[in-house]
Amino acid sequence: MRTFTYERAKSPAEAAAAASQPGARFIAGGTNLLDLMKLEIETPTHLVDVNRLGLDKIEATKDGGLRIGALVRNTDLAADKRVRKDYAVLSRALLSGASGQLRNKATTAGNLLQRTRCPYFYDPAQPCNKRSPGSGCSAIGGFSRPLAVIGVSDHCIATHPSDMAVAMRVLDAVVETVRPSGETRAIPIADFHRLPEKMPAVDTVLGTGELITAVTLPRPVGGEHVYRKVRDRASYAFALVSVAAVVQPDGGGRVAFGGVAHRPWRVEDAEAAMPRGARAVTDQVFAGAKPTGENAFKLKLAERTLAGILAEAKG
Amino acid sequence: MKFETPATTNPIDQLKHIGKPTPRIDGPQKTTGTAAYAYERHDRAPDAAYGHVVGATIAKGRITAIDATRARAAPGVLAVVTHQNAGKLGKGDKNTAKLLAGPEVEHYHQAVALVVAETFEQARAAAGLLRVDYAPAKGAFDLAEAKKSAEGVEDPPDSHVGDFESAFRAAEVTFDGEYTTPDQSHAMMEPHATTAAWQDGALTVWTSNQMIDWGREDLAATLGIPKVKVRLVSPFIGGGFGGKLFLRADALMAALGAKAAGRPVKVALQRPLIANNTTHRPATVQRIRIGATKDGKITAIGHETWSGNLPDGDPETAAEQTKLLYAGANRLTATKLAVLDLPEGNAMRAPGEAPGLMALEIAIDEMAEKLGLDPVEFRIRNDTQVDPAKPERPFSQRQLVECLRQGSDRFGWARREAPGKRREGRWLVGMGVAAAFRNNMTMKSGARVRLQKDGVVVVETDMTDIGTGSYTIIAQTAAETMGVPLRSVVVRLGDSAFPVSAGSGGQWGANSSTAGVYAACMKMRDVVAGKLGLDLATAEFADGRVKAGNRSHSLSDAARDGELVAEDFIEFGDLDKKYQQSTFGGHFVEVTVDAFTAEVRIRRMLAVCAAGRILNPTSARSQVIGAMTMGAGAALMEELVVDKRRGFFVNHDLAGYEVPVHADIPHQDVIFLDEVDPISSPMKAKGVGELGICGVGAAIANAVYNATGVRVRDYPITLDKLLEGMPVVA
Repeated sequence: MRTFTYERAKSPAEAAAAASQPGARFIAGGTNLLDLMKLEIETPTHLVDVNRLGLDKIEATKDGGLRIGALVRNTDLAADKRVRKDYAVLSRALLSGASGQLRNKATTAGNLLQRTRCPYFYDPAQPCNKRSPGSGCSAIGGFSRPLAVIGVSDHCIATHPSDMAVAMRVLDAVVETVRPSGETRAIPIADFHRLPEKMPAVDTVLGTGELITAVTLPRPVGGEHVYRKVRDRASYAFALVSVAAVVQPDGGGRVAFGGVAHRPWRVEDAEAAMPRGARAVTDQVFAGAKPTGENAFKLKLAERTLAGILAEAKG
Repeated sequence: MKFETPATTNPIDQLKHIGKPTPRIDGPQKTTGTAAYAYERHDRAPDAAYGHVVGATIAKGRITAIDATRARAAPGVLAVVTHQNAGKLGKGDKNTAKLLAGPEVEHYHQAVALVVAETFEQARAAAGLLRVDYAPAKGAFDLAEAKKSAEGVEDPPDSHVGDFESAFRAAEVTFDGEYTTPDQSHAMMEPHATTAAWQDGALTVWTSNQMIDWGREDLAATLGIPKVKVRLVSPFIGGGFGGKLFLRADALMAALGAKAAGRPVKVALQRPLIANNTTHRPATVQRIRIGATKDGKITAIGHETWSGNLPDGDPETAAEQTKLLYAGANRLTATKLAVLDLPEGNAMRAPGEAPGLMALEIAIDEMAEKLGLDPVEFRIRNDTQVDPAKPERPFSQRQLVECLRQGSDRFGWARREAPGKRREGRWLVGMGVAAAFRNNMTMKSGARVRLQKDGVVVVETDMTDIGTGSYTIIAQTAAETMGVPLRSVVVRLGDSAFPVSAGSGGQWGANSSTAGVYAACMKMRDVVAGKLGLDLATAEFADGRVKAGNRSHSLSDAARDGELVAEDFIEFGDLDKKYQQSTFGGHFVEVTVDAFTAEVRIRRMLAVCAAGRILNPTSARSQVIGAMTMGAGAALMEELVVDKRRGFFVNHDLAGYEVPVHADIPHQDVIFLDEVDPISSPMKAKGVGELGICGVGAAIANAVYNATGVRVRDYPITLDKLLEGMPVVA
């Protein structure tokens, strides 16, 4: 870990301004950032603590949705009665991630901003375009079993590790931010995470110093909410494939996939096929997939996981 | 004490303490945080500086330059130790690769430097400033490839009984299968850790080590100093599983760092280094051939195994159990070793048998199916009560059949259905069985016993407690032999100032070390009788008193004039040549497999064990369920993934190397059959710490097959290997 300076911001705008200096990073729960700093994968020179900005409330919005403060802890969000009742897929996704201790610290914004768990990213001695742009991708041609099958580039095949984000994607969440200039914006979650393309080091569309203040959910969409996380052990593991689904009584609905791409993967146009079964959906969702030999199983796994959800929803 | 003839009735047979479920006596220390672990010896080395290990970033090659200028200038840095300034170092007898690289690098994350600083954070930060340049060399990293040039080994030699090839060709029913097991990491909770301090040319290391005398010997040899100048102290160990059998880099680097810094230094190997810096269980490829008559009598059994290691490393001895587990007139075992430039392969819990049975016990299941026999029945039909290679040499005890029969009854084995036939909702359900087998090894083991004035019996031995319960069984042994309550026994372990013991490895520790304590206590009884003028032959030691004839004394009377000390060791004769000593068990497992996703979840597990006298059913059960858990990891998830281009284990932290979590481990049952084995030791006990992992992986694999009808011969059995064979879904 390199030495760094630290300040506690007093307001979102002040935090954004403070974080606009080169080498600055926000710190909230620190569950990912601190690990990365210890390994010198992240080497911020200045930390802006945003824990006391009062962004820790869950409030109803005027149009019947929910506004989740950026600092709401994963545990609190998962336990919120409104979330459990109207957005159960989100609650279930949160509870399938990490551990109780981590969820107590981890925040809503921090969860969106966690970095990939590609093992080569985590080994500073290995080439990795995400950690060290231009050094190459060790995972291509290497150990790629846990990595992405779609939306990949020749530069990176990392996945985004979040469960929460997959549920938010299926719920059409919107990420609210404030920039150092004080300007605010609302970014649909579909546009929030980037694909790796030629710049895998850049995970999101956030600008320098731009601070997430909240995530809003539109009014509830009803239906049955399912989050199914498939992994090698029963708990405390990242998804091989996860599926966030909202299934309506008529068999229609929405579905997003985790563990398969650099961002939560959803193809809205494919959802019309849901009444026709999983295969009809996943054929479209994963059209153009470029898996490796080691992770091609994820395509079949995604289809079968969705099939299981649809079968149970039919009951 | 020499143990050369089978044990007769002795004080242990009183069973006032031995055999009683006894909570571990060191439990309160552990639960209150007062047990002193290696990295926390503030009591002995309050001013210890912190060392951070820097690992090589190539798998093979040479260090061409080291620039420590910036690291040395960093805040708080006291020393930077590399091969350039460490002085001449030897190599421990039990190490394959050197513990400090340079100029040659033998494997990834081999230590190249230790940065010592006032604080841990300073040491870590400065370590990031060290610049090491390498000239990488080509290496061999792929076992499947290297296997082609593998050669036979001296130990163990290949074995031939009868004419395997002819008998296999002539057999009415044959099976020929290939299995693979991956490299595995011990993944113990406590990392390898050491606090080291020098005083007047003598070195003390408070470390985490299973074998005190081996570690002391190899540390002295590596540093080039006399063994008497090294003291090694390891009273508490947070898990070892064979990963701490040997001197490792933490101890050597702490010693070198302390010398360079001129003050105590402590080092805990960073978790991301452990997989590649230390030892691991090597991957294997195994071929098993079985020939049998139509009615299921084995006529030929052959087991060949291939593994790789660094030059001069040892093979994984995965075929050895096949010499002994089943009958059959014609037999072959062969062990081949290839050179691989991966980190050093070495012992991990039940080396040999653990991966060997993962393969053999699937093969037996496959053969039973070919024969149309129940796999329990097939095993029973091929039981042998003698060493198949030397029929004049019986097993000292062998209750494999009883284990399997009792296990079948208790588990409800009769409810097992044909493969792929039992379904409960979205779950496919299956049962599997496997035999457990692990040899019972014995090792010379010494102890010293002190009888204090207050009647307290103090036992000192360099035996270790790696979480197994050594403290408790040693206290039980002393209490039993000296006739005192358990609370009147104090046990001191893990210090090279104490008599050399068997140590903890190869499941020899419990039986051998308690036998050594028994020997020392018997000597103390002699001393006590002499002091009190009592006839030893008729003296009874009970309830803190000694009685002989019409005289009765409090035990403490003997120490009235001062503490009494007795020291002895147990040494084993050649009973192991006349008798084959092994431990047995039957593993039964029920799994569910998600019909959609092919996720395997264990539902219940049962192990029925026959392992001699069980000294402490509480800690023995704990050992067996822990081993079953480890076997579940081996079966379903554990694999050090080799990057065959760069030559290292990629998933080198606990996020990437998955071991079972609580949610993976459901109901576990253990039954110990009543057994005493007078051939084994005066304790009539045998090892049990490794038996539980032996075979359990195959029982899980067989259950997965029974659930799904998909046979996976390549561990771990992850869902991607099952998906193609799962039922069609809409």
